[in-house]
Amino acid sequence: MFSSCADPSTLQGLNWLLCYLTTGKHLDFYFSFLTVLTLLAVTAPTALAFGFGGAMMSRSHILPLRIIGKGYTAMVRGVPDIVFFLFFVIALDQGIEWLMHQVRCPDWTDPIRNGLEFRVCPEAKVPQNASAQVWHSAYGFVLAVVTFALVFGAFAANVIYGAMQAVPRAQLETAEAYGMNARQVFRRVLVPQMWVYALPGLSNLWMILIKATPLLFLLGVQDIVYWARELGGAKTSAYAYPHPDWRLYYFLFLLVFYLCMTRVSELVLTRIQNRLSLGQATASGEAQRKAAT
Amino acid sequence: MKKLILTTALLALTASASLAQTVRMGTEGAYPPYNFINDAGEVDGFERELGDKLCEMAGLTCEWVTTDWDGIIPNLQSGNYDVIIAGMSITDERKEVIDFTQNYVPPASSAYMALDAGADIKGGAVSAQTGTIQAGYVQSSGATLIEFATPDETVAAVRNGEADAVFADKEYLAPILAESNGQFVWAGEDVQLGGGVGMGLRKSDTELRDKFDAGIAAMKADGSLNELIKKWFGDTVAPF
Repeated sequence: MFSSCADPSTLQGLNWLLCYLTTGKHLDFYFSFLTVLTLLAVTAPTALAFGFGGAMMSRSHILPLRIIGKGYTAMVRGVPDIVFFLFFVIALDQGIEWLMHQVRCPDWTDPIRNGLEFRVCPEAKVPQNASAQVWHSAYGFVLAVVTFALVFGAFAANVIYGAMQAVPRAQLETAEAYGMNARQVFRRVLVPQMWVYALPGLSNLWMILIKATPLLFLLGVQDIVYWARELGGAKTSAYAYPHPDWRLYYFLFLLVFYLCMTRVSELVLTRIQNRLSLGQATASGEAQRKAAT
Repeated sequence: MKKLILTTALLALTASASLAQTVRMGTEGAYPPYNFINDAGEVDGFERELGDKLCEMAGLTCEWVTTDWDGIIPNLQSGNYDVIIAGMSITDERKEVIDFTQNYVPPASSAYMALDAGADIKGGAVSAQTGTIQAGYVQSSGATLIEFATPDETVAAVRNGEADAVFADKEYLAPILAESNGQFVWAGEDVQLGGGVGMGLRKSDTELRDKFDAGIAAMKADGSLNELIKKWFGDTVAPF
């Protein structure tokens, strides 16, 4: 990165460290923080949407919808994350390529499945073999977001479902007495009031999601834990910057990062909690009302 | 605007293949001097140089991909890359699921490395990388096998006393031993395992396998493969 780093073997002390910390590999490491944060920022709302949809379906009066909703939450919650990540992602990936294959190469005669091998025509590969590595990474990232959203959506669906049941019946009855129809009751009374019950469960999920990102490497996305292990391992002079086993320092750095993430999350969640309790028929809502008078 | 970005992305993802065939080379990137990720963040090492040379000879465009060792064969089978070039020894077990080219490194020694030469390698705890021929050997040798996902962790386990010795390819251990300032020593005798190192391909990819096979044969014939082995491994590997 800097011109003074051209020959690492002549460097000493701080200069060496400065050059070491700005190698291309370290820049990849720093970039992976961005990847993880982006993943969190995209996945959390998507998972929440999945959860909301799942909860609404589970409460539906229409039987098939209810079965889909209940089935989704029960099945996904029952399968270990790591199995889901290995199985579902491969199935999704192969499903997409199979569809592309049907569209692009209808004349292809070789079998697609050949024992354990999965082989579609070159035109059906997603992304194409020839496309830049960036697209391969982007594709892996999208698969990761979909999978994370699906898994965490199922847990969120259960939390939100429970929260919807927890809203006092009296509140809904009052709304009905005012002449609101079912849809209005749901939108104006049930949903605004259920968040405060859902929040503890959802905040748990958020915390678990933050820590689940090492699963990314299973999908070929290089995350912060992968890089910390790779960079921290002992390096012989085959590398430009040989050093002994420094994994401890790298993982300490990750520890600090995760603790900071947790602290920031806590602060934000407390604010949301206060905001949501405002004017609610709950203990904390009542406390707020008393404090104000 | 959003639609525009999306369409471009889709186009880029699905654009039809360019003129030269692109082959994706899968490697581990954690096994110097065979393959490792250098400080610029790129795949480097003996296999990088060899792979690039072979691709050039066969007129292929090659892209390098890294993956963890555990999933290196399943990922090949599901088509995430086309070739495994990761210091993988040719064994009968692996031949049942994938095809190999002829070997580009002759059958070489595996060795035990420990903190002292008298370490108990037949009855003690020996570390090896998961899914390697060395791990299989340790299991049948009577020692307690401790498996790790990466080669680096197998060595670290000896350093911190978790294992009595590490069992791995001698070429991998030799530079570590040489630079350990006497901390590490060889223990016991070297062991001959496997049929040399070759490139792994899907069984259905015979055409590609033949191309690489021809390339390796040509490099063996003109001696350039031996030069490359000498450059990366020094004298620890006997040339062809």
